[in-house]
Amino acid sequence: MSANTGMTERDAKSPAVESLARASESSIRAPVDIYEDSEGITVEADMPGVSKDRLQVRVEAGSLLVEGHVQFDLPEKAEALYADVRSTVYRRSFVLGRELDTEKIQANLKDGVLKVRIPKRAEVKPRKIDVQVS
Amino acid sequence: MFENPTNLPNTLFDEFRRLTEEINEVFAGGLTSGGAIRSVPRGSFPAINVVQTPADVEVYLFAPGIDPKKLNVSVQQNLLTLSGERSIPVDENASYYRQERFSGEFQRAVALGDDVDPDRVEAKYRDGIVQIKLHRRESARPRQIQIL
Repeated sequence: MSANTGMTERDAKSPAVESLARASESSIRAPVDIYEDSEGITVEADMPGVSKDRLQVRVEAGSLLVEGHVQFDLPEKAEALYADVRSTVYRRSFVLGRELDTEKIQANLKDGVLKVRIPKRAEVKPRKIDVQVS
Repeated sequence: MFENPTNLPNTLFDEFRRLTEEINEVFAGGLTSGGAIRSVPRGSFPAINVVQTPADVEVYLFAPGIDPKKLNVSVQQNLLTLSGERSIPVDENASYYRQERFSGEFQRAVALGDDVDPDRVEAKYRDGIVQIKLHRRESARPRQIQIL
């Protein structure tokens, strides 16, 4: 993963890591778009309410794991009247292929949308071969 | 004749899905508006949560990746209407495996209590959540009555 996202650091105190330990907790399956071009695969996930410090993107045993915690500052004495969203944890995982370069994954978070770019290894990128005319 | 349009026997999966839906309704504790006339199917975009305090009603709109300037928030009497558009650009040169994220125009309406003041509404956007605060009229707040 790229170092500049700061998402790969494992901080034992971060809420994301704590909750991985209790993975049985009900989580929201964040909706994703996944698409591939000649250079790599892009995953975009809706994770509203998640800020950068409450997001974790990591690769473990060949899988991409995405987990985010919603920061929800409810007012005091709040009484729920209606709720579509009943969990504050988003979690999703995908098995990666060997042709993907997990060392060069980049992640970006903006307005609750996570974008993860997984480049292909240089040797598997489709190459256009020039035909020499003799 | 068309009781079973697929002509397939009811599977255990169908039964399980029906049960899940019913269980969700039961355990929602009245927090879903399953029977309300303006209710939308589960999973509609954007998701909404509503909480109430003695002073105000707060509506949270889970709308990631939208331009807050293009979101229309209107209150008419006690009906809050939210509409806008989220257009997700499609990369023509890519092949898509999953397109689960909502793209297009949306609209949702929430009936609030009769005591909200339509002239005092504040909205802010952060990390993909729109928080709309509607003040309740003073007269509607619980008052402590002093016993003399």
